[in-house]
Amino acid sequence: MTDIPILTIDDLSISYEAGKYAVKNVSASIKEYAITAIMGPSGCGKSTLLRAINRMHELYPDINVTGDIKLNEESIFDIPAIELRRKIGMVFQRPNPFPNMTIYENVVAGYTLNDIRLKKSQRDDIVEKALRSVTLWDEVKDSLFRKGTFLSGGQQQRLCIARAISFNPKILLLDEPTSALDPIATSKIEDLLGELKKEYTLLLVTHNMSQAARISDDSMFMYLGELVETGQTETLFTNPKDSRTEAYLTGKFG
Amino acid sequence: MGNILADNINRRSKRNKRFKGLIISGSIITVIPIFLIVINLIIKGVRQINLSFFTETSPDTFQAMTATANGEVIPGGIANGLVGSLIMVLLASALAIPTGLMTGVYLYENKKKRYASVIRSLTDVLQGVPSIILGIIAYIWIVKGVTRGYSALAGSIALAIMMLPIIVRSTEETLSMIPVQIREASFALGVPYYKMMIKVLIPCSFSGLATGILLSLSRILGETAPLMLTSLGSPGINLNIAKPSSAVPLLIWDFYNDPNMVSMVWSASLFLMIFVLSLNILSRSISKNRKYI
Repeated sequence: MTDIPILTIDDLSISYEAGKYAVKNVSASIKEYAITAIMGPSGCGKSTLLRAINRMHELYPDINVTGDIKLNEESIFDIPAIELRRKIGMVFQRPNPFPNMTIYENVVAGYTLNDIRLKKSQRDDIVEKALRSVTLWDEVKDSLFRKGTFLSGGQQQRLCIARAISFNPKILLLDEPTSALDPIATSKIEDLLGELKKEYTLLLVTHNMSQAARISDDSMFMYLGELVETGQTETLFTNPKDSRTEAYLTGKFG
Repeated sequence: MGNILADNINRRSKRNKRFKGLIISGSIITVIPIFLIVINLIIKGVRQINLSFFTETSPDTFQAMTATANGEVIPGGIANGLVGSLIMVLLASALAIPTGLMTGVYLYENKKKRYASVIRSLTDVLQGVPSIILGIIAYIWIVKGVTRGYSALAGSIALAIMMLPIIVRSTEETLSMIPVQIREASFALGVPYYKMMIKVLIPCSFSGLATGILLSLSRILGETAPLMLTSLGSPGINLNIAKPSSAVPLLIWDFYNDPNMVSMVWSASLFLMIFVLSLNILSRSISKNRKYI
């Protein structure tokens, strides 16, 4: 863990329609090789913020973004979207492996769907390495050519993480990755995230405070589109500066 | 008091039974024609069906008359109709399937746009246009304008127009059933739009698309009216799409008009019915076994 920010968010505002802001003037910096948790009650803009970081909002043309996000000093809006999404991977709330592809094809989907030609041996390496890092290899090595949708929910989610890290991204965005999973699958994913932060920078949206407390190094608390408080998780949880953070952490709303 | 309650319950359960009986008899009335049709076709048509029924062209009146007089099976078959139907259906599919798929994709991608909703309502209108009118249109456009005479091409175009709305709507509906997460997954991998469509969304919705296509095929296979005005019919096998061509439903009409060939009507109808029915069953089983969505 270093103290150099890999990602700087600078006065970012996001609106779905003119005058209605889902994210208001958020500025923050994200440390490299750490897990940063974005917390807050439903509708506080945490997912919207996360999705802006790899420009997923461009899927919906009505969304308007002002301000800037810098990846290593370079504005993400100056990087071609395809390249950006290779540097910043994403994992979603519900596991979403491609239903028409096998486990193997799912892991290398980022390459094949982008017409990046690889030798079979290279592909095999990528698949094995990615599946090993998500601790799925031993479970699926004999069924690599079955459809990914045959796996259990937790396995599917780990497959999706493998798909996202197959590109060796710098940052991994996780949008409530365990909210659709049972407690055992959740704890596996949490352990996995602890391992993954050695190689990647993780940004985790969660509405589960104890999850944020368990695994994150830094936390950001958002409320009604504003970034209320940010800092080391331990400090934020034990000694919140803002009364709204304190109210949220003690369960007064959320 | 207890008596009144018991009476009430009694009356209600009798009413329930009467109502149930009414519904069941309605459903029986619905299926009776289907059984009668199938039984009739089998009894009267199965005698004519043999190998030469599929390999030989339709007989002329004289052959048929002699055979009927001698109590024999009418010689000849429906090969000219089979070949004509095959060519026209293939050509119509080649025209309608890509166009329909593309239109369906467009409508799905631009749900809210004004132009898309205009296209959508026009497609619905097209579905309601009587097939004979499509025949007249194809007659004016192709028979008069392009091939200068009745032709299989004109027939194919009329059939293609009939297929279009079914394919367009089924494509749009199938694509809308794909969860948005799948789109987001490929978007997050930086996959370009056309690649996502071709490699992810269309394969994922394959069974739905196939069902729509099969249904549209079974719809046009039995169409007679537009073909009367366009491909007209021919006694021999015709492979030239600029020339008049026969089709199975056209043959049924021809046989019907010839008093000596009545039994051919039954056998040709039996064949067409079984073929269309199996297409329907096939499309149902595909949509039942859909794996992805």
